[in-house]
Order: sequence, then structure tokens, then C-alpha cells
Amino acid sequence: MNGIDRRLFVAGAGAALIGAAAKSGGGSITLPFANGERPLVQLPGKRAMILLTSRPPQLETPFSVFNDGLLTPNDAFFVRYHLSGLPTEIDPRSFRLAIGGHVEKPLQLTLDSLRRDFPVSEIVAVNQCSGNSRGFVTPRVAGGQLGNGAMGNARWQGVALKHLLDKAGIRPGAAQVTFNGLDNPPADGIADFVKALDIDHARDGEVMVAFAMNGEELPFLNGYPLRLVVPGHFGTYWVKHLHEINVVDAEFDGYWMKTAYRIPDNDCRCVEPGSKPDKTRPIARFNVRSFITSHADGARIDATRTTELRGIAFSGGDAIKRVMVSPDNGRSWQEARLGEDLGRYSFRDWRLGITLAKGRHPMRVRAETQSGEVQPMEPLWQPAGYMRNVTETVVLEAV
Amino acid sequence: MQSKGLVIGLGLLGLAAAGASWSLLGSENGPQVVEARMEPVSYQLPEEIIPAELADAGAEVVVNNCTACHSLEYVTTQPRGMGDKFWTDEVTKMVKVYGAPVEPADAEAIAKLLAERFG
Repeated sequence: MNGIDRRLFVAGAGAALIGAAAKSGGGSITLPFANGERPLVQLPGKRAMILLTSRPPQLETPFSVFNDGLLTPNDAFFVRYHLSGLPTEIDPRSFRLAIGGHVEKPLQLTLDSLRRDFPVSEIVAVNQCSGNSRGFVTPRVAGGQLGNGAMGNARWQGVALKHLLDKAGIRPGAAQVTFNGLDNPPADGIADFVKALDIDHARDGEVMVAFAMNGEELPFLNGYPLRLVVPGHFGTYWVKHLHEINVVDAEFDGYWMKTAYRIPDNDCRCVEPGSKPDKTRPIARFNVRSFITSHADGARIDATRTTELRGIAFSGGDAIKRVMVSPDNGRSWQEARLGEDLGRYSFRDWRLGITLAKGRHPMRVRAETQSGEVQPMEPLWQPAGYMRNVTETVVLEAV
Repeated sequence: MQSKGLVIGLGLLGLAAAGASWSLLGSENGPQVVEARMEPVSYQLPEEIIPAELADAGAEVVVNNCTACHSLEYVTTQPRGMGDKFWTDEVTKMVKVYGAPVEPADAEAIAKLLAERFG
């Protein structure tokens, strides 16, 4: 087989994979809010997932996946892009990660150098889209109308950003570090997707330039070959296809920091529904959340037996202290048993055996962190629909 | 094989990488490093469809302008019944904030049509 035949053969196979998936992807799913019908499609490297948009590709994880294990499989991990100028091909041999700006010695690192010349570490951390669950926000707001599946938990492997910055040598007066990926705007005049972290955060030893998740290289759609991992922080900072790191001596004022991804600058990070905040700040850490994963809303259970409920909880890095479950819409609470601890940035699983009399039971689940952050019983509202973390409700029907 | 320009189904690459094992985790040498594959990796955008709600001649102004930057699910998955201002605001945001290259007359027509169809 010569080179041309081989190329066509492989191209054909790839195209067939995509084409077949687009046709037989497995029907559709209706997310439980108005206008919530979505097709299930299979994109390269992914199983059938909930399609939000095709270009740029945005996929949501079917919620049942979160009951399968604490780590979200790579082929089920959610996908979120902002700009449709995706790279069509990335050559790992010529790829370089550039580290420059306000440094002593700019670096151009190969993927091999990153693995060979720096300490490689791992961290289990949740990535969650700022707008996860936006479809449930009432009153509704514009933006990606997501259910609860724009989150995932993975074991990330890479090099702590601190080591790269130390090697480059940060010059006095550095204020922030910016991050740019290979994805580009579709037209001139549209702001490139660039994010920034304060210099101390960037050097905290936890922020990572990751090349692998769950024991494999990053899937293309999750940022191959490198992405930033910012434990405890919303996905907007987890820049994909990361290829430029720039140290700057002033606060970065690009569109995606200065204008987009802003939250109300107050204690509740909320405003009266329909109103606008007086002051805003960049979105940062997750607020605490928890979910029932073992039973979908409306599920039927046996009233004569004990049913085991299972779920997950996570926070912005302040470890989960306890998860409480209410069988009666918040009137009484029972403490669930916490499972394996994979670290304070990971999903933490919980279980609780419960026996319910015949009838409909609005179950609530509420997590609390070590320092006392708890989920609100009523939803808080932001104009952009970020940071939803209301105490979730799943109605069980005992029969 | 000259693999420059090779289009590879990412699903197949995923299979190739599945041999990585975590059995050595926790050893004194730290985690087993996931090696870098050296073949170029490509991505093909999926086929896009024009939703039935925007597939008629009357919606051409929407299709022609909006798909310059994104697929049309961005429009059709938005909440319905939000009122004229919602759609005017969205189109204005695309033009003024993101810098979408849309003529003012088209922008007005797009907002009007979306408000009529999607409320």
C-alpha cells in the first residue's frame, strides 16, 4: 500500500466514523426545561453525547454517566468551545508551548521536553462550565442552554505551571499570566479567547499544564495536546490547545476577562432576578454542589424495601464535610455516608439507604464544606446564568 | 508512511492509547508518564444541518449571516417567548461586542425575524 492509498483509506475510515455517528447517533434526549430537546451525536473520540452546538462543537455529558464512577471517562467528558476557528490538524512533532512576556528567558517547549525536563504530577479535579445548568435558570437567560452535564472529574497529568514559570524566570513587577490556545476567532475583529490568572495563583503549584487525563493523552475536543488545569476554578480558565503563556506586568484587559465571565461582586454573587449588578468581578472558584446520580427525577422505587441512593458532591477546593439528604423537601435531613476521598478538588461520592412510604417524595440533597459553605435552598440568580448551585430536587415515587 | 496531512479518526487514536496503565501509580518514581504520540491529529467538524425552523427562503438573512461564525443551534436552542428585546439584545451583542461582520440592515432584519419566530 503506498502513502496515498493509505491516506485515503484512513481518511475514509475517519469520515465513515463521523458520518455513521451523525446518522445513527442514537436519537435525542429532552432536557427537563422548555425547548430542551437535543440530539445525541457521536463526535471523534467521544461516545454518543448531548449536542448543544455543532460549530464550534459543544457537547454535554448524559447525566447517567455520573453514576458510573468517580472519574468521568474521556469519551464522555463534556466539550465547550467559544470560537469556531478550531485547529484542523495538530502535529505533535512541531508543536511548541511558548512561555514569554515579562520573563528572563523565554521558552519554547516540545511535548517531549515537557515530559522529560520537568517534574510530572497528577491531580484529580472537577472541571465545570460556568454556565452548567443554565437551562434551569428562572427567569431564563441567553447563553448555552445546558442541563447538569457540563461538568466532569478526571485525573489530570502534567507539569505544574510553577515549574515552567520558574524555568523562564519571572521578572520583578509581574502581575498576571495569560493563556492562549490554538482555537481562533472566525473573523477579524473578534477577540481571541485568552484568559488570565494572577501571578500568585499561577505559581501556586496546583495550576497545571496537563497533557493527559485518566491515563491517556487529552482527547482532541478536550484540548489536545495541552490544556490548563485550574483546580477548583470554573472551566473558562482551563484553556484548551494551550500554546502561549505570557507573563504580563499589568492586569490583562482582554474581552474574555474584562467583559465576559463576570459575576456580581457581592457576597451572594447574585442579584434580583432580571436586574443587573452594580459591580462585577471575574468568575473564579466553584460554589459547592451535590447531585443524586442513582435515580432520575420521577423514578419509581419499591416502598417495601430500603433503596440505596447514591450521588456526588464537589466544591471549589474547600473539602466536602458532609452531604445531607431530605426525603421530604427539606423538612427533615439525614446524613449520607461519604465514599472514597480522591482529594479536595474531586467529586466525592455519597450513599444513603432510605425507606419511603407509598407516594411521591421530593428528595433534596445538600452538601456542606469544611468551612461551612452550604448550598442554598432557593436558587440564586445572575444575568449570565453562571454558578447555579441550588439544593437539587429529585422526586421519587414509591410504589 | 508520510503522515503529514493524515486524517485520523480520533476514536481510533483513543484505542491506540488505551494501553496506558495506572498500576505503577504511587511508586517512588511518581506516576507513569503518559507518552506523547507523534502522529498528527486532525479534527473534522461534523456535518451541520439547517434547522427546519430556519430552512425557508424567508430565513436566509439569518442563515447567511449567523453561520459565518457559528452553527444555528446557537439560535434555536435559546429559550422561547423571551420577547423582542431579547433578540435585539442578542443580535446587538454579536455585532457590537463580538464584532460580527453584519450590515446594520441585516442585523435589524435578523432580530425582527427571530423575534417573530421564537417570541
